[in-house]
Amino acid sequence: MAEVTMRVWRGDPGGGAFTDYTMPAVEGEVVLDVIHRIQAGPAPDLACRWNCKAGRCGSCSAEINGIPRLMCMTRMDSLPPEEPVLVAPMRTFPVIRDLVTDVSFNFEVAKRIPAFTPEPAGPDGTHRMMQVDIERGQEFRKCIECFMCQDVCHVIRDHEENKRAFAGPRFFIRLMELEAHPLDTLDRRQLIHRDMGIGYCNITKCCTEVCPELIHITDNGIIPLKERVVDSSYDPVARLGRRILRRRAPAPADDVAVKSAGN
Amino acid sequence: MPDYQTHDFDVVVIGAGGAGLRAAVEAKERGLRTALVCKSLLGKAHTVMAEGGAAAAMGNVWPEDNWQVHFRDTMRGGKLLNNWRMAQVHAQEAPDRIYELERWGALFDRTDDGRILQRDFGGHRYARLAHVGDRTGLELIRTLQQRAVSLDVEVFMECKVLRLLKDAEGRVSGALGYWRATGDYVTFNAKAVILATGSVGKAWLYTSNSWESTGDGHAMALWAGADLIDMEFIQFHPTGMVWPLSVRGVLVTEGVRGDGGVLRNSEGRRFMFDYIPAMFAAETADTEEEADRWYDDHIDNRRPPELLPRDEVARSINTEVKAGRGGPHGGVYLDIASRRTADYIRRRLPSMYHQFMELAGVDITVEPMEVGPTCHYIMGGVRVDADTEATTVPGLFAAGEVAAGLHGANRLGGNSLSDLLVFGRRAGMAASDFAEGRTGTPSPLVSEVERAIAEAEAPFDRQDGDNPYQVHQDLQRTMQELVGIIRTESELVQALDELDKLDERARRVSVPGGRAYNPGWNLATDLPAMLTVSRLAAKGALERRESRGGQTRDDYPKADAELGKVNFVQRLGAGGAFTITPAPIAAMPAELQKLLEEEPS
Repeated sequence: MAEVTMRVWRGDPGGGAFTDYTMPAVEGEVVLDVIHRIQAGPAPDLACRWNCKAGRCGSCSAEINGIPRLMCMTRMDSLPPEEPVLVAPMRTFPVIRDLVTDVSFNFEVAKRIPAFTPEPAGPDGTHRMMQVDIERGQEFRKCIECFMCQDVCHVIRDHEENKRAFAGPRFFIRLMELEAHPLDTLDRRQLIHRDMGIGYCNITKCCTEVCPELIHITDNGIIPLKERVVDSSYDPVARLGRRILRRRAPAPADDVAVKSAGN
Repeated sequence: MPDYQTHDFDVVVIGAGGAGLRAAVEAKERGLRTALVCKSLLGKAHTVMAEGGAAAAMGNVWPEDNWQVHFRDTMRGGKLLNNWRMAQVHAQEAPDRIYELERWGALFDRTDDGRILQRDFGGHRYARLAHVGDRTGLELIRTLQQRAVSLDVEVFMECKVLRLLKDAEGRVSGALGYWRATGDYVTFNAKAVILATGSVGKAWLYTSNSWESTGDGHAMALWAGADLIDMEFIQFHPTGMVWPLSVRGVLVTEGVRGDGGVLRNSEGRRFMFDYIPAMFAAETADTEEEADRWYDDHIDNRRPPELLPRDEVARSINTEVKAGRGGPHGGVYLDIASRRTADYIRRRLPSMYHQFMELAGVDITVEPMEVGPTCHYIMGGVRVDADTEATTVPGLFAAGEVAAGLHGANRLGGNSLSDLLVFGRRAGMAASDFAEGRTGTPSPLVSEVERAIAEAEAPFDRQDGDNPYQVHQDLQRTMQELVGIIRTESELVQALDELDKLDERARRVSVPGGRAYNPGWNLATDLPAMLTVSRLAAKGALERRESRGGQTRDDYPKADAELGKVNFVQRLGAGGAFTITPAPIAAMPAELQKLLEEEPS
């Protein structure tokens, strides 16, 4: 009977190592299936996250043969058959145990993003938006928060110190979604510039390459976001216009403080 | 005994799917100290997998639609066993809940004039489901998650709740759980607790449900003394994937049929025309021509039989396969490739396209999918007051799938997402009222904490017990084979017997390793709930000697008018024995009764 060898990282914050598990090969399986069979057999305490097992929830992110992928959507028959399959936790986040990492960084960044603030509804109490005007936002809202774009981003991958000043690709598309929302009234550009660290990104597109939802993170998200921030920060006419007109309400918190300090 | 930390809140919500998030948002907006406790990371709950949409009679596509028609469809889909007041409230309030999501940032697909687009689904007279392609659940959960975060709701992630805690007067006053990351125990003291724990599907082998759906809330409510009703009504979604085996059960949205897909057997026949029940004959097309015209003209044509309620379609598929007219992997064919353009399919059903391409190597724009029934939803659950979602135990509320009543014997597709929003909000309101009215500090009995921790710790103390994974797999096989889509007395009796043995084995499981993120131990602590809900389902199915909605008895193939007037109530009696008793369904006001009697024009 054909076999597969899974070389799985096992350990905790104190350290760890790869352990080999050789299992019977089963037709049609994905990496997560084999991990589950290891749990049901030789290693019941092997830690991994998963929920839907259908590519919808973004829980089972791991580095498979060195590349961030969802374990539930990576078919075993897409990997080289003669070599052990390397399964490691996402490197950018601290290990909790085995394949499970502490992704709380992402939930903390999410808290710092000022919420969607719509303009008032129309006379019938509802809003009108045309499909063409929301398609960009819908693309970003496909994000399943697997955090693999964050994992692969070199700004924070081996630079823990940058996490304080950098939101990461997942949140740049969230911010671009809000910027592009036809009904939103807040201006978050200074926040994006100063607190979210958009300037750190130098567009290597690694995030786009690993996105399981095939979102054009760099081209449709980060680059337009950079352009908006540049327009707002460095274009003297726009700066003057902003001072005079204040067409959009500024984002609250830090940004307001910056403005009152004479920006 | 290990130490545990304690947190104090006014309202504690257990479960962070749609219902839990919506309830927490409501309580937090009211200014109460609100905690949201969930078994996974925030945003990963099973709601995220909902595909087709949320049913709400907004009338954006068909102005003829209104809450009365939605009420009628829901009641008929539920074979009239529904709590009529819940069905009424749901139909009336669902549109407001959808518009509210839009104000919180949701981006639903649009009509040509810029309103929220609505799609057709089984059992709904008009196109009624607000949606975002085939990933509506993701939109719903992300919108609510972002709303909860903006309100600063305190979220406790990856915390498994083991028990509800009561005070000396019998009021629910908190909950005990453990952090999955460390295995350390934690208690939440609360003036009111809302259960929003979702489903039970992981007790079955082929299911669309995620690992979290282990019936925790159902079981904890029962253990706390609450009534449960209708536990025999399990929905097998007609279309789950059947191949490869490792993805068997993964959902294929009803939206495929709503958008023009049809079911065929191995002879190429659209077999659903052979299974139109009398109850739906007046509103179902009996020729392919009429059925195909319906997509563009709902007024002068009747619905295709592929869009009958889910119980009817699932049973029909089951019959076709048993008669030898199935596909190579024991399913039937769901074909949209021959009926719609590749562009249309990729635009309307992007996740389905991706899912089949990646997992099965099937291009659904070119070939049919092979599909079969999969355990999807439980209509039964905790008995609640229709307006407040209060359970029969003071201080305890329940909303979403863990609660019962709205869907009767069978849920219509799309009614779940709107259920979460409507009743999540109402549970949040009523729990807030209760918490504000409650005097004194909640003081749960410590003896309950100690007993539950001792039970949870026991698997570490045994050396040669059963493997929890093995017990779980045997449970899934038992429920799949003996309490599946078609049931019969001898098999149900056998199931209860098997459950006794599995109970014994579950009491003797042992796990290696420590408490920190140990899935083997986590599963061991899920087993008691799964075994409890399995028993409730089997007992309910044995007691209800008729076929209706999600309960099909081979030995009682017809609906029984008398049984159509009762819910079966299950609770823990004195000494820990389960009791089951019929309770009459409240009479419906004449004006609602009249809505049911009106035949479609």
